[in-house]
Amino acid sequence: MDEAYIYVKPENFKKACLYFHKKLSSPVVMMFACDERQKNKCFRIYCVFMGVKYKKWVFVTMDTAQDTSVFESIARDIYSAGLFEREIKEMFGILPKGNPDLRSLRLHDEVWPEGFYPLRKDFEAPKSSCAEKKEYVFNKVEGEGVFEVPVGPVHAGIIPSGHFRFSCAGEPIINLEARLGWTHKGIEKLFEGKDVNFGVELSECVAGDSAFSNSNAFCHAVEKIYKIDVPEKAMFLRTVFLELERMYNHLNGIGGIAIDVGFSFPAMYASVMKENLLCLNKKLTGSRYLKGVNIIGGVSVDLTAWKKKTLLKVLEAMEKDFRQLKNMLYSSVSFMDRLDGTGVLKKKTAEDLGVLGLAARSSGIERDLRKDFPGVYSKIKFNAAKEHSGDVMARFNIRVIEFEESMNLIKQFVDKIGPGSINSQNKIEFRDGVGLGYIEAWRGPLFYWVKLSKSGIIERCKIVDPSFHNWEGLCYSVLGNIIPDFPVCNKSFDLSYSGNDL
Amino acid sequence: MINIIKNRIIKGVVTRAIKTDPEIEKIGAELKGLVYKRFNRSFHIREVDTGSCNACESEIIATTNPIYDIQRFGINFVASPRHADALLVTGPVSKNMCVALKKTYEAVPEPKFVITCGDCALDGGIFKDSYYVEKGVKNVLPVTIHIPGCPPNPVAIIKAILSFFKK
Ligand code: SF4
Repeated sequence: MDEAYIYVKPENFKKACLYFHKKLSSPVVMMFACDERQKNKCFRIYCVFMGVKYKKWVFVTMDTAQDTSVFESIARDIYSAGLFEREIKEMFGILPKGNPDLRSLRLHDEVWPEGFYPLRKDFEAPKSSCAEKKEYVFNKVEGEGVFEVPVGPVHAGIIPSGHFRFSCAGEPIINLEARLGWTHKGIEKLFEGKDVNFGVELSECVAGDSAFSNSNAFCHAVEKIYKIDVPEKAMFLRTVFLELERMYNHLNGIGGIAIDVGFSFPAMYASVMKENLLCLNKKLTGSRYLKGVNIIGGVSVDLTAWKKKTLLKVLEAMEKDFRQLKNMLYSSVSFMDRLDGTGVLKKKTAEDLGVLGLAARSSGIERDLRKDFPGVYSKIKFNAAKEHSGDVMARFNIRVIEFEESMNLIKQFVDKIGPGSINSQNKIEFRDGVGLGYIEAWRGPLFYWVKLSKSGIIERCKIVDPSFHNWEGLCYSVLGNIIPDFPVCNKSFDLSYSGNDL
Repeated sequence: MINIIKNRIIKGVVTRAIKTDPEIEKIGAELKGLVYKRFNRSFHIREVDTGSCNACESEIIATTNPIYDIQRFGINFVASPRHADALLVTGPVSKNMCVALKKTYEAVPEPKFVITCGDCALDGGIFKDSYYVEKGVKNVLPVTIHIPGCPPNPVAIIKAILSFFKK
């Protein structure tokens, strides 16, 4: 097992967290609570760190004192815990004592009455919406000539909903606050009380553009709990689909960056390529977004010889097209000029904020679960991408490099796929337990922590999409830039609203 | 300069005719005729996400790519509800988005229509039992037609818009 649970007393919680934070030089990758009041009369709080060197996920765990709902905040010492603590406060009503910011993230005060905590086991939905209307207080920048620009929640393009509050002095942005949570749907609560097959289906609707990674991470967690041996072939197939998902999203990102600086021809070119990939997905699996492919214990579709041939043929064409696309973009001076030095996120800032995944790799943090916790990736040659400048250019380059690497990976994996079964045939034996499923989705590491009961019912499912870590990175990266550059900065991160809001 | 010239030449080479499937062309011609007649040549849509998983958005964007190219039929996605003839709504309407959705609807000039896209916009779909959704757009606004699917593919979206004109 690659999970280590360390139980500490509440008074030692902070010390333990700080110890692992320093020792493993890892941000808080997850922090969440679990309602154990029925059994133990307390809430259990987990704080998770990534131990790359030891190939372990370290869970620092504590129980709140009986019948109370407070714990000592660690956000002042570990910045990346801040958002998680706010989440715990709003979903469970457990007070992180000492956290400087306790505003709600998702349950907006305008519509949600106080005192209702959805993830508590004894939660009942409020009968009516908020009685007294409260207003959200944005961080305010004061001074002569400072003005605010509110944007959203409904945006100009065909994009999801979120609100951004810019504070500017003249042209440059001096503060950006993202208020999210608009697309909150209570997904974590929906998991509770359902069986795992429904869980797979629901996980595909957490973030539509990474439907496959989500269901893969969920299945991984459940398979760990049930100790299911997933056949190697199924693992290979999963990686093929995972890389396909990465490819179409990276194309989307590359095209998006081009369109956000007004370079529309290559953007359209990329969108045609993306469409070709989606059609390929449809041919291979019957679903354009790879839904319904993952099942507990393996996958539901095989790559037959004919499908393999189609896949390789499309990849070959894709390679040619991609070369052209690259030529077009890299040879345009004005395009390069717009990306270079725009939206810089420094390595130190990224580390402090706990930025992960694609955005972190662009800022010089070499973290990639495919390399750090390789699984089947250890069976092939894989080169993780890295960049240092941390600007839009770097994030653009990472996409280009990863796209090409994904094509390589798919070819290698397809070669390895032989005959054999594609899912574990053994009957599932229900058992209770907890497990962490993780995967390097295209945005970055995606986590599912699942707790199952003896009868195979989900008791708690905590999802952390990389977007949750990275939104603050975006807010920092735009500082000093001008508002017209915000779209391209935003697109270079390309974060999920739905995955963040859950 | 050399770069620009090179770029032009490369672009000249890469531009290619995209094979559209005959089905799209057929619906398309019909659609164009109707848009001409009913809406004075152009029909403008404002898209609103009320908590979708973004796959539906992705498919709506796909209708504007060069392969499906919905714009050539006179259908455009616009940035402001003030310019729109219809709202295209995705998602189960989260409590947070409810007010924003209503306000967007109010901003659309008469006559206005609401089209919903995706199963969860119909009745909440997979999110039906959640404490934070309004169980579909129809509980908030009058809906003219619905596009089923999770997510509906681009052809289905174009077809559905056609059926809307026939109404
Ligand atoms: S209908 Fe399905 S694909 Fe569309 S937003 Fe809802 S859950 Fe996502």
